[in-house]
Amino acid sequence: MTLMNRRNFIKTVSATIALPAMAAKSFGADTLKVGFAYLGPVGDFGWTWAHDKGRKFMVDQLGGKVVGDYVENVAEDASAVPVIRDLAQSGHNLIFTTSFGYMDQTIQVAKDFPKVMFEHCTGFKRADNVSTYNSRFHEGRAVLGTIAGMMTKTGTIGYLGSFKVPEVVMGVNAFTLSAQAVNPNVKVKLVMIDSWFDPAKEAAATETLANLGCDIITSHTDSPATLQVCEQKKLYGFGQGADMSKFAPNAHLTAIEDIWGPYYLSRANAMLDGSWKSTDTWWGFKEGSVVISPYNAAMPKEVAAAADKIQAGWKDGSYNVFTGPIADQSGAEKVAKGVVMADGDLAGIDWFVKGVEGA
Amino acid sequence: MTMDFIISAIVTVVGISTPILLAATGELVVEKSGVLNLGVEGMMLIGAITGFAVTFTTFNPWLGVIAAAAAGAAVSMVFGVLVLSLGSNQVATGLALAILGIGLSTLIGAGFTGMIVPQFSSIFPSVLSHDPFWRVIFGYSPMVYIALAIIFAVGWVLNYTRAGLVLRAVGENDLSAHSIGYSVIGIRYMAIAFGGAMAGIAGSYFSMVITPMWAERMTAGRGWIALALVVFAGWKAGRLVIGAYLFGALMTLELYAKASGFQFLPSQFWASMPYIMAIVVLAVISYRDRTGSEAPACLGKPFLPNS
Repeated sequence: MTLMNRRNFIKTVSATIALPAMAAKSFGADTLKVGFAYLGPVGDFGWTWAHDKGRKFMVDQLGGKVVGDYVENVAEDASAVPVIRDLAQSGHNLIFTTSFGYMDQTIQVAKDFPKVMFEHCTGFKRADNVSTYNSRFHEGRAVLGTIAGMMTKTGTIGYLGSFKVPEVVMGVNAFTLSAQAVNPNVKVKLVMIDSWFDPAKEAAATETLANLGCDIITSHTDSPATLQVCEQKKLYGFGQGADMSKFAPNAHLTAIEDIWGPYYLSRANAMLDGSWKSTDTWWGFKEGSVVISPYNAAMPKEVAAAADKIQAGWKDGSYNVFTGPIADQSGAEKVAKGVVMADGDLAGIDWFVKGVEGA
Repeated sequence: MTMDFIISAIVTVVGISTPILLAATGELVVEKSGVLNLGVEGMMLIGAITGFAVTFTTFNPWLGVIAAAAAGAAVSMVFGVLVLSLGSNQVATGLALAILGIGLSTLIGAGFTGMIVPQFSSIFPSVLSHDPFWRVIFGYSPMVYIALAIIFAVGWVLNYTRAGLVLRAVGENDLSAHSIGYSVIGIRYMAIAFGGAMAGIAGSYFSMVITPMWAERMTAGRGWIALALVVFAGWKAGRLVIGAYLFGALMTLELYAKASGFQFLPSQFWASMPYIMAIVVLAVISYRDRTGSEAPACLGKPFLPNS
């Protein structure tokens, strides 16, 4: 005789609801259920959109062997915990949490589900059943910097940043160093707008940079606002996270695209063949995580050739933008001649290279 | 510093100030009638997506703006019914409206992400609107002139017409206005609808003028700034114009300072500037309050003549 108190009642009811749902989803015993926690909506045309494209790629490639479910608009606070927990409880064996702000929540839930494997994007905390993964977006920034350095007429390039966090600093430095490599006198004017997403402020900052003499303006914020202003002012810019040529057909020179599909596929495969281990992955051009969009037809042939060369260099390992000598804004040497910056140093970088103005 | 440089900076200031001015003008009328509607951000987002969606389907930005105004007014009526006819708490209901607007705009906008719309063409001949000097007066989107025309009209109506006097009477002393035969509830409904329409137009400025696209929460908190601006302006239309442009000027100054690499003030200081300003202005207002408040006396109080 069980007492029907509130807790038992909820359990019974949820079990009754869950049973048919689980029966409907019971594919073969070897079907892998993969869950995703997303920061934004899948239609944000940026960060989350790219992750969802990766999820679809994984599902398509593995046919009936894998099911991919997702929860969108998961806040980066304590409310992420029940979302991740629900994914684990509803039979997902592999769970990707796709934003930095889910780091502690992922670790917390992972402790209670030792048989479920977790993967946290852009974080640094790992456990036996928690891997981390990220992309080398700065490799793409070096391609954009090369293009901008060759195409600028004023010698001043604008850079719109969000916050002074390593990922942004890395991008600014990679962009500036690669632009200086093809155009030693080039200057990069940097504005941090203290937000990832504020189209009105992004637009105002782009106008400001244009007024200060920048003829190419790149951005590390989440909206296409910079490109739209460049289009109106007949300047050039780059897409961020996805091919944004639709928003600015003339201004859009190219874009860095985030490609997560191959990584998701490899991790799902590792689950299927039992080889999954906790790792820290940082893929780039070589592995296909970073891809450059088709070039604008207005880009001269020699610029396109130089951009292709940088991409090829990253792929075969012959090029690394963070090869010394590198000096910081004050001129002090940070990386000695011939030395390549270690991944660990890059991941915590908090200084700008010489030639970056502002911020 | 050349003339061209200064003019470009002014163009940026006007561009960023206009939507705040529009939304604040609407809220000014609402608050003058004695109602506090905190849902400006939500109504702006509803206006932003409606304006975008209608422009996207009809290719006519003017229809888009009209639809944005209508949508803003319509959603403000939800608030109106709750606080006026049902006497619910204005602060709580306003906050609920803000959240409703954010959610509803996201829902409607789901299918419009990644699209672009045609923009307004200038109402002035290209000789004037693209002239390096005269663009400082003629080079803006038509919405900028409409915003200014509306705020001047509102200021004039509030201060120099009978209708404005009645509206102010309702906000200052609802019982007296009621006793001499004015419909307090009816007038407040109209004020709320006007505020909603203005917020809707302000929202459409984001999705159609600044960046012709739709993105969730693209107003990024400007609705809250508009609310604060009404208080800063001491419920006066003239000061509202100055306040809105001052806000735009401060933000533009911040961007110029950062881009020029002025290291004498850290970035965090500029980021905290709006809040420092808010404290300073509130301090000034509180000081003046000792000699008599400028806020409408019935602001935020439900009108219950029979209780």
